[in-house]
Amino acid sequence: MNLDLIFFLILSIISVSTALGMLLSRNAIYSALFLVLNFVTVAVFYLLLGAPFIAMAQITVYAGAIMVLFLFVIMLLGAEELPQAEVLPWQKPLARGLAIVLAIEATFIFLTRARPIGDVAQPDASINTVTNLRALGETLFTQYLLPFEVTSILLLVAMIGAIVLVRKEKRVH
Amino acid sequence: MVPVNYYIVLSAILFTIGVVGVLTRRNALIIFMSIELMLNAANLAFVAFSSVIKSFSGQIFVFFVIAVAAAEVAVGLALIVEIFKSKRSIDVDQMSSLKG
Repeated sequence: MNLDLIFFLILSIISVSTALGMLLSRNAIYSALFLVLNFVTVAVFYLLLGAPFIAMAQITVYAGAIMVLFLFVIMLLGAEELPQAEVLPWQKPLARGLAIVLAIEATFIFLTRARPIGDVAQPDASINTVTNLRALGETLFTQYLLPFEVTSILLLVAMIGAIVLVRKEKRVH
Repeated sequence: MVPVNYYIVLSAILFTIGVVGVLTRRNALIIFMSIELMLNAANLAFVAFSSVIKSFSGQIFVFFVIAVAAAEVAVGLALIVEIFKSKRSIDVDQMSSLKG
């Protein structure tokens, strides 16, 4: 049992339990805070996998921007908790059963049918140097230049869409 | 060294928790958070494979997924705010205006 594996097991316990906390807590604010912790744990996984840029992007974009937006909307709407009222009583057990089947199936296929393609690379000292980041940027701006530019249009469309959606309608006389 | 299969199994578990959230919760915001969790699980699998084959493509896909998730959250939360304004609730069971 080496150090990487111990790190991985501790982090995966935190990750799964925070995801379950997000799922099970009744208060939406607690759910959002659990999800922030889960995102930070996934960012540490990215560091373990030797992807420091993605880890920092995860923390700034997900844990920073997206979850703050979520918390803002939860507090704006005052919709922390919903009254308990089940419309379809059989829906929840059925969904849980199907989800367990999905988890077992996916795990089984990944563990047995997928070719063993090896271990993840050891994060060495090179992830701290600029060469890693430079190589990432070179790939992004040469091989994936068109998707990168399209992303900017997507963000513009999303911004305009959000503004149009929450804009006050002008009264037509 | 951690075998990549461990990461994939963890990703599958996180994805399943997200699926359970979408299927069982009725708060539209929690459903949205569960979708974010599923996107994260897929990202984790991307980065794990990218680390195994020592290529940057997986990490760049994660970069794009994060950008798309940001756009999705902006539009989705605007929709939720609009629904709350007209229905005074974000319970997805209440959004049944089209039901005959």
